[in-house]
Amino acid sequence: MSWETVIGLEVHTELATKSKIFCACTTAFGGSPNTHVCPVCSGMPGTLPRLNRQVVEFAIRTGLALDCDITRYGKFDRKNYVYPDLPKAYQVSQLYAPICQNGHLDIDAGGVPKTIAIREIHMEEDAGKLIHDPLTGSTLVDYNRCGVPLLEIVSQPDFRSAAEVLAYLEKLRETLLFLEVSDCKMQEGSLRADVNLSVRRTGETALGTRTEMKNLNSFRAIGRAIAYEAARQIDVLEEGGVITQETRRWDDDKGVSYSMRSKENAQDYRYFPEPDLLPLRVDDDWVERERAALPELAHQKRARYIADYGLSEKDAATLTGHKRVSDLFEALADKTAAPREAANLVTGELMRLLNRTGTLPEDLSADSGTLARLITLVLDGKINRNAYKEAVEAVFTEDADPDEYISAHGLLMLSDDGAVAEAVAAVVADNPKSVADYRAGKQQALGFLMGQAMRRLGGKGNPAAVSQALKERLN
Amino acid sequence: MELYDLSALALAAAIRDRQVGVAEAAGAFLDRIEKTDPAISAFITVDRADAMARAAAAQAAIDAGEATSPLAGVPVGVKDNISVRGLPTSCASKILEGYVPVFDATVTDRLTQAGLVVVGKLNMDEFAMGGSTETGVHGPTRNPWDTARVPGGSSGGSAAAVAAREIPLALGSDTGGSIRQPCAFCGATGLKPTYGAVSRYGLVAYASSLDQIGPIARSVDDCAALLAAISGPDARDSTCVVDAPFAFDQTPDEGLDGMTVGLPRNYFEGGIDGDVKKAVLAAAKQLEALGARVEEFVMPMMEYTVPAYYIIACAEASSNLSRFDGVKYGYRSPKAATLSELYLDTRSEGFGLEVKRRMMLGNFVLSSGYYDAYYKKALQARALIKDAYNALFKKYDLILSPVAPTTAYHLGENLDDPLKMYMGDIYTVPVNLAGLPAVAMPCGFDGQGLPVGFQLVGDTFAEPLLIRAGRAYQRVTAHHLKQPGREAE
Repeated sequence: MSWETVIGLEVHTELATKSKIFCACTTAFGGSPNTHVCPVCSGMPGTLPRLNRQVVEFAIRTGLALDCDITRYGKFDRKNYVYPDLPKAYQVSQLYAPICQNGHLDIDAGGVPKTIAIREIHMEEDAGKLIHDPLTGSTLVDYNRCGVPLLEIVSQPDFRSAAEVLAYLEKLRETLLFLEVSDCKMQEGSLRADVNLSVRRTGETALGTRTEMKNLNSFRAIGRAIAYEAARQIDVLEEGGVITQETRRWDDDKGVSYSMRSKENAQDYRYFPEPDLLPLRVDDDWVERERAALPELAHQKRARYIADYGLSEKDAATLTGHKRVSDLFEALADKTAAPREAANLVTGELMRLLNRTGTLPEDLSADSGTLARLITLVLDGKINRNAYKEAVEAVFTEDADPDEYISAHGLLMLSDDGAVAEAVAAVVADNPKSVADYRAGKQQALGFLMGQAMRRLGGKGNPAAVSQALKERLN
Repeated sequence: MELYDLSALALAAAIRDRQVGVAEAAGAFLDRIEKTDPAISAFITVDRADAMARAAAAQAAIDAGEATSPLAGVPVGVKDNISVRGLPTSCASKILEGYVPVFDATVTDRLTQAGLVVVGKLNMDEFAMGGSTETGVHGPTRNPWDTARVPGGSSGGSAAAVAAREIPLALGSDTGGSIRQPCAFCGATGLKPTYGAVSRYGLVAYASSLDQIGPIARSVDDCAALLAAISGPDARDSTCVVDAPFAFDQTPDEGLDGMTVGLPRNYFEGGIDGDVKKAVLAAAKQLEALGARVEEFVMPMMEYTVPAYYIIACAEASSNLSRFDGVKYGYRSPKAATLSELYLDTRSEGFGLEVKRRMMLGNFVLSSGYYDAYYKKALQARALIKDAYNALFKKYDLILSPVAPTTAYHLGENLDDPLKMYMGDIYTVPVNLAGLPAVAMPCGFDGQGLPVGFQLVGDTFAEPLLIRAGRAYQRVTAHHLKQPGREAE
């Protein structure tokens, strides 16, 4: 008897607003503990939240990109629970009227297209961090992250495999990045996913009892945790057991999940409407303004690159693999008016350098002006392909100035000065047999003579100039 | 006549005319507090050096022409649930022991901008939960008219200090009557503004959808001037929706011709004290004499107001007070060894009985399975009460009623009977549930010489009308001018 795995996802993404959701503190990652705080986000008595308008704008844009209905009369609610990383002892969230509802995302899992329904997207505030000090046995609290805005994107239980989940997460991440609403850095916790999973016998329509898995910090961990949990549930059921509705924590080092708390011990969050914030009215004008502000998304860019620049699907996909990459490509294409050359640089040499140096695309910081200069130099025949490659690497790894680097390393090609004519004259004089062969119609002899001339020029000759000078001399 | 006998506006005029210095005025009240407060215990914190520094700053602002408000230079007391940077803010609770805010409440900022001088923090019921100012960790405040009796609450320190002429002006907060009821018990005048007229930023929350800061003084005039100083929109409080501060204009005598005043007949049946009833009905007659038309009506929903209030207020309180956990500031139990002990011991030892009672009630009504039966029903009742008032204000400009069914009772008399205590809020809580403004002021005395108060309730943002009517009443009556015997001195 075969089994079907049913999965729903709750994805939390930190929004890339400058300031926090309810105060003016910075959302910058890191910082010395408790330096990005104020009386409001540290929950001092008597302080009140005020909603950051940009959080709502980002939420609406995300909702529009995911084809959601935008709630016109939204509300915030308090989720009450006590933990030292939550200084107010409640999280301001949205339970009863989330900002976006009923959307979907189209995915492609290994060539199989599928539509995943999105139940809702709600806005909420992040909590702080506890730092356990094993030396002293004490626990310290850092409130820097308190009040960083989050969107929680809740899917319907539409996934049937880890592959679908990963395809969805990749597509969602790509969408959020191109919307520029989040930097989606899983390692910094700005994209987190909780997995709700149940299994049932193939053909059944009722859902089985689900578990919720937390602490999934990479796509790889998510894939492994799904495989583990599905197998665990199937084992339990096949041995005649029952699944307990519970929250489980994934331990990626050990490759196992274990129970955090069962439903009986589930927290009662005692949600109620947040009295410190007014209802949030979103009118048609606001929605239309955000719709107009929607940037071009990755799939739209891919189609345009193929149609306008004649790029292959593979190259278009590489270029839209990350917002930083497509931004760089578009800047290069724009500055050099040579989109194909720009595409070749980014998909070829730059991708190689990223891989070789283990640089993540989001950390790609190469300057488009500098790289555009190199493209211009190679297209104008000022440097050859080898020098170009070398200079690109120097720019990428050392932030070198292209012109300085080229002159310091003698990479500029010789074309119009006396050296070319001198070298050609010497080669013709030294190789009478080849000259005679060429004049007798043997084209291969020209290649040999070219090679000799380039050698005399120490590889710095501009091949076009050398070839022309040689032909002029021979004819 | 002593300086402390002057009204706030008269004192400010003397300061403006350079007959009195700001430091001299502050010093006179600090001396007065030192002398009379041991018998009253209205103040929790008085910091003379801090107050004199504030006085010097206010004098400088007045001299520089920067503080031009009609109250510039006047000392003011602040209820201990309102943040004043550098002064302890305890909410009369052990759990906030040692807590000193690093920021000023918006109202504190505005007092400073207007040139007023904060001289200290005033006693209250713990976290403003109570009607007698007996439940705080610093002990009870006593009624200046009879020190064996309570001053009312929760702003009992504010009302008692004003009545005892320890301070000409005070800020209180009113969640279910906490400005008006102590004013009635102490013979002071107090105004509970429309919800959203005064910023709550820096007011330690009890019930966020009901709390409102307001002025307490010896006259409607002084209250109106203080309301003008503290009201107005605030970017730090998004529920503060008023367009602009209330203007303070001392309109010359105006009668109440053309004004219609509703009188809820059913408020005068049942448990109301006979002397209270008599004095309040006499106030209605007085308004009639001033030109108003007084019409009786039956106030609907009366049996639902107290339950709805306690469900909503306790629900919000249970959430608001969860942050006091011993982690960040205030009291921390020295016994606790683990995190759950830290929470349990700190909160068990740090909160008083009434606060615990309300938090437990609040957690219960919000909990899974009871939300719909209690909290949601209470919200529905609240909406109906608001509708009822909307209908009433189509007919009446103002509603006149008692503030409390009795005058001040003895210390300890009601502490063991919370339901009796809660029923004392029956005339005040519907006003908070509907977010309306009300002014309370004295209208006579009972057989034992204790003050009786009445209140005028207006429609949303009808403060100017309340002030006009209250001022007209006080121009032709002298109840508010009476002062407690000086046996305390």
